[in-house]
Amino acid sequence: MSITYLEAIREAQAHALRDDPRVFIYGQDVGAFGGAFKATKNLAKEFPGRVLDSPISEDAMVGLAVGAAIEGLRPIIEMQFADFSTPGFNQIVNQAATLFWRTNVPCPITVRLPIGGTPGSGPFHSQCMESVYAHYPGLIILTPATVEDAYSMLLEAVAIDDPVIFCEHKFLYYHLKAEKLPSEALPVGKARIAREGRDMTIVAYSAMVQDALAAAAELSPEGWEVEVVDLRSVKPLDTDTVMASVARTGRLLCVGEAWPWGGVTAEVIARVTSEGYGLLDAPPQRLNARDTPVPYHPNLWTAHRPTTRSIAAAARNLLRL
Amino acid sequence: MLETVLEPGTADSAASFHERQLAAYRFMLLARLLDDKLAALYRGGKIHGGVFLGRGQEALSAALGLSLKKGDVFAPLIRDAAGRLAFGEPVLDSVRTHLGSALGPMRGRDGNVHRGRPKEGYLPMISHLGAMISVVNGVLFARRLKGVTGTVGAASVGDGATSTGSFHEAINQAAIEKLPLVLVVANNHYAYSTPNERQFACRDLADKAIGYGVEVQTVDGTDLSACLNVVGSAVGLARAGRGPQLVVATLLRLCGHGEHDDAGYIDPKLKSSLVGRDCLKVAEEQLLRQGRADAAQLAAWRHEVVHEIEEAVARAQREPAPDPFAEEWRAISSKQLSEGHG
Repeated sequence: MSITYLEAIREAQAHALRDDPRVFIYGQDVGAFGGAFKATKNLAKEFPGRVLDSPISEDAMVGLAVGAAIEGLRPIIEMQFADFSTPGFNQIVNQAATLFWRTNVPCPITVRLPIGGTPGSGPFHSQCMESVYAHYPGLIILTPATVEDAYSMLLEAVAIDDPVIFCEHKFLYYHLKAEKLPSEALPVGKARIAREGRDMTIVAYSAMVQDALAAAAELSPEGWEVEVVDLRSVKPLDTDTVMASVARTGRLLCVGEAWPWGGVTAEVIARVTSEGYGLLDAPPQRLNARDTPVPYHPNLWTAHRPTTRSIAAAARNLLRL
Repeated sequence: MLETVLEPGTADSAASFHERQLAAYRFMLLARLLDDKLAALYRGGKIHGGVFLGRGQEALSAALGLSLKKGDVFAPLIRDAAGRLAFGEPVLDSVRTHLGSALGPMRGRDGNVHRGRPKEGYLPMISHLGAMISVVNGVLFARRLKGVTGTVGAASVGDGATSTGSFHEAINQAAIEKLPLVLVVANNHYAYSTPNERQFACRDLADKAIGYGVEVQTVDGTDLSACLNVVGSAVGLARAGRGPQLVVATLLRLCGHGEHDDAGYIDPKLKSSLVGRDCLKVAEEQLLRQGRADAAQLAAWRHEVVHEIEEAVARAQREPAPDPFAEEWRAISSKQLSEGHG
């Protein structure tokens, strides 16, 4: 039996609903229909009254979640696409993210954002929003790259007493499979060495971990041993694990599917250069999507975001420096 | 549109109505004099940031606060000093928050009207108009999931907030879920300086209720008795399971948007019309005319209120300001997940 990344997300929600009466799911089409991607398939039937369709009102969806959290519940909000979270942005960054700071009352909501591109999805169904949300204090941003993490980190997200932006990558939904669900996991806030290597470090998160691993495999026959660090959570960012890896390899390439201006890759490089300048044997590099809206046509789309091939090319360049 | 149905009928209900009227008046008086004091402190340079007063809106505000019970939910507007007090907020919470006392509910992290006690159903507003309504919905929604019945939630907004997407989304959401929400719109004719005709084009804000499928009542916001009746009725209907209730009150802000604003844009004709009358004076005249208080009684109440305010101010002024070196600088509650990059 194998389980996909998407099924792991569904199973984690079923688990949370089963184990914790405070949990409910609210979002567009999540009820009887089971969600646009079927991440809540059969849950409305299994948990009557606790998996509810919302109107197309992202602002009010998040506002409702904040009120329910104040009242002691653990809402999971499904944004149909990460791109659609922008009408709910105000409630996330100004309401949910400020509540604890202002009042000492925690705000345990989980907002699920299906992120990232798939071919043909275009400018409004492909965005990666993790850097935007990470900029605001008061939020935790999770970016699982594996089936196991999708499951265990979503369960952990629901248990965390703070607002969690759970970025689940749509490209991994069906492509990524595991044999079974994990029984134990690294805690949120710890990065993972996804592949060990001595020559350079690639720091990645979400779907880019899979591409980074493929690039590392491609470079191996050429004699390069590339270490891949999966950040798992971009906020908090496990600087220690990144720094320890760079200390071993002396070279850093940071890969993100989000746009280049600012963001997670810039943050990682800023931290490594300011705190670990002496560890570097070459200038740190980063690879992001191009600074345009996400294109529709697959030809353009594959040239817009980092791919196994472009990561491998960037890695070769860095190894020659 | 519903008729106002709660005119005092029996001797018992008349007595209780009169009691509520007196109680409301005293909260209005407390709010007005507290506002006056805060304005004086602002002019004296004792307050960091702005001061936003509720002059002219106390009748509506007090009526709402008094219509709610312990256990209900209240997300007030910036001009709801009277309603906050009537809902049970101590004077000291307001004074401490305005003066930035570290002992206040917001501990210097937020100021002036941005205060509350979420665990007591008293929600602290963010500045984005309309955004609190869906949060009230959320508390009510959660209570329904938990099987808690009999409570209502009230949100106050102004005419300006009715133009926001948040307002639209939240009232629609409350209607779909049939939540016991009382949404009170204080139409004071200006959103900061923008007049009604640049804010909406419908005949009356109450008409918006039709589009959302919610019940609505309108009220003269300068008339305390009318406010007690109408708001009380709306709260009662919500509590009885009739779904969300919209109340649109017409009144005029008798001050600037904040104390930095001289409100020179307010049409003098509005000021001299019925809508521009001072609800506190109207309430006083009602009490005197109906023989439920005399001038000496009013003066005694005023004296008591001034004393209460002065004591709170003196106390808060002696309290420590927040200490940036002692501040934890942590925005999330999960210590182990905080990056600590202060």
